[in-house]
Amino acid sequence: MSHLTPEQRKELKATAEKIVTKGKGILAADESTGSMAKRLGPLGLENTEENRRQYRSVLFTAGKALANNISGVILFHETFYQNADDGTPFRKIMQDCGVIPGIKLDKGVVILAGTRDECTTQGLDGLSERCEQYYKDGARFAKWRCVLKITDTTPSDVAIQEVTNNLARYASICQSNGLVPIVEPEILPDGFHDLATSMRITERVLTAQYHALMRHNVYLEGTLLKPNMVTPGHSCEKKESPQNIALATVTALQRSVPPAVPGIVFLSGGQSEVDATINLNEMNKLVAKKPWALSFSYGRALQGSVLKKWQGRPENVKIAQAELLKRAKFNGEATQGKYDGSGENVEAAESLFVASHAY
Amino acid sequence: TCIGYISLLFLRSSQPLFNSRKMPQFFAALTKEQRVELKGIADAIVAPGKGILAADESTGTIGKRFDGIGVENNLENRRNYRQLLFTAPKLNEHIGGVILYHETFFQDADCGTPFPRLLQKQGILPGIKVDTGLVTLPGTDGEPTTQGMDGLNERCAEYKKNGAQFAKWRCVLMIKGSAPSYQAMQENATVLARYAAICQHNGIVPIVEPEILQDGTHDMTECLRVSEQVLSFVYKALMDHHVYLEGTLLKPNMVTPGAQATIRNTPEEIAMATIAALSRTVPPAVPGVTFLSGGLSEQQATDNLDRINKCPGKKPWALSFSYGRALQASVLKAWAGKKENVAAAQTVLLKLAHNNGQAAQGKYAGGDQASGDSLFVEKHVY
Repeated sequence: MSHLTPEQRKELKATAEKIVTKGKGILAADESTGSMAKRLGPLGLENTEENRRQYRSVLFTAGKALANNISGVILFHETFYQNADDGTPFRKIMQDCGVIPGIKLDKGVVILAGTRDECTTQGLDGLSERCEQYYKDGARFAKWRCVLKITDTTPSDVAIQEVTNNLARYASICQSNGLVPIVEPEILPDGFHDLATSMRITERVLTAQYHALMRHNVYLEGTLLKPNMVTPGHSCEKKESPQNIALATVTALQRSVPPAVPGIVFLSGGQSEVDATINLNEMNKLVAKKPWALSFSYGRALQGSVLKKWQGRPENVKIAQAELLKRAKFNGEATQGKYDGSGENVEAAESLFVASHAY
Repeated sequence: TCIGYISLLFLRSSQPLFNSRKMPQFFAALTKEQRVELKGIADAIVAPGKGILAADESTGTIGKRFDGIGVENNLENRRNYRQLLFTAPKLNEHIGGVILYHETFFQDADCGTPFPRLLQKQGILPGIKVDTGLVTLPGTDGEPTTQGMDGLNERCAEYKKNGAQFAKWRCVLMIKGSAPSYQAMQENATVLARYAAICQHNGIVPIVEPEILQDGTHDMTECLRVSEQVLSFVYKALMDHHVYLEGTLLKPNMVTPGAQATIRNTPEEIAMATIAALSRTVPPAVPGVTFLSGGLSEQQATDNLDRINKCPGKKPWALSFSYGRALQASVLKAWAGKKENVAAAQTVLLKLAHNNGQAAQGKYAGGDQASGDSLFVEKHVY
């Protein structure tokens, strides 16, 4: 017996489907305070609340055109309650544009004792009450990130079991409070492993994930998945074409993601903006069984060039916003297999990979 | 060297002792050639308009069928009956595979051709039932698991050598009180995964059958919930055991109310519930779902399959049949053990096969089925 009423299920399903409307995806702007230091630092900006507000203002006041290719934005708690210069809450600006506000709910990773630096994620305490409040204040979806890493001995069974269970608990609590949970079991791209290894581990992790979701009575039609693409490790000598990455990724998903899931919104990990777009495009061009939308939930791959263009200067806001809209448009095209690369700039191809990306 | 050894003991765990950068995580379970072969077989069985004739009744079970028509359960009668089935003209139009029992697998037609070869010559893939029946799990309320793992690898090799292309293994779960228990779901999923991995190793496509019995007063929603849980355990176990999903088939129950439930559901409702359960649990990589008919009448089995194919929803797998009773009940009646009835009985079989072949494409136009009588037998045990 489902603990969710038919009305609750209907709303969750509608929100999830709306987020993965063809041509649209998610802007992940939920960097925690600590992560923002890494974004603002290179621009010579102090990591203050005001600077963080100003930067997010650049993103969210980009205009109604943002909604052409962005269906939802994930926000950090602080940002969720911040306002634009004129006092309008960011989340209201979004809603008025038809962009759905989402909220990052996890409280970061902690080490699993006895493992080889494997981790799980905190944030379950009081989660139901927090979800209820965010829903009242306009959030309609949430995100929670767990992390796994490939080495010769990891991910271990205990890490996979813990992480998938952790995500399932978060997901069921979200749904009870009307929020669509984005389920993110990220397998980091760090490592020497090849494409085949990445594929088999991704299959294993995602299968365990859907089993955990089922055991926790999660309504799959009202969820989204945010996985890594299947790529060789960053230190692997053999590089792979976007076509191979697309095929390996789609095959892994075919073997592990039930059709009931409305959409898959990939994370960009350390990929350059252009690679993230090209790879997504190849997946959508592929002729294969793909009973879920294949879209994006990009953070760095939507913001890298935006930050560079902004440089923290008010006079650069408009060109920074134009860059955001351009990247959103390219990725929107990629969700339809229609991206052809015309209009790209050289800097965007620079890898955004930060070695051993800190959890 | 002593000091060197002691310093190694204090090495931080994050520093590898060897250069591990080339170590693969997994040993490949199958070669590319094996995968290609398995996928080809699975795809052929569920080609559009085709399904499976489950003619693998054990000696005891076929005896119950023969009792119903007053035929003696002996070797020759069993051979004659199966010959009737396998020599029906143009059986291959809607039958892509036939599951055989061990005894039948090594029997010959009158002309001396072994049954598997007779089927293969018509382009029908021969399959073999490899489980050896149910046993109760101690500590449960009568919940079973399935035997047959001993020597399975060698048996599969032998069957493959003699023409088997696919196999079937049936597990049973029940909805009763707190059943199916975690123990039963975990155990049956595991044994199905072990069977599947062994089959694939021998070039045989495993049909994975986790049947949830229809016995009980539960409603369709309860059956839906249980079906989702059971299938979720199954696909987790298959992944854990490195089973190549593209080279498997699933043989589940449809999602129906219990046989003793007071509320009945229409074929359309059954179809929607069944698709919901599958869409929540069966990865798209699986090429086909071949439903069991259980206690459904021939008519119900066809109607439901047709609606399943007609109903809206994401269905990235073939949805076909693997019917035993629902393809044979009327055939047995028409035959009644008499040689002069063989042609008439074959006509009945072909008609049923045709109707189900149409249903597997959502093209069944209704019309007369041989029998609407419920074939449900309480507490059905093989």
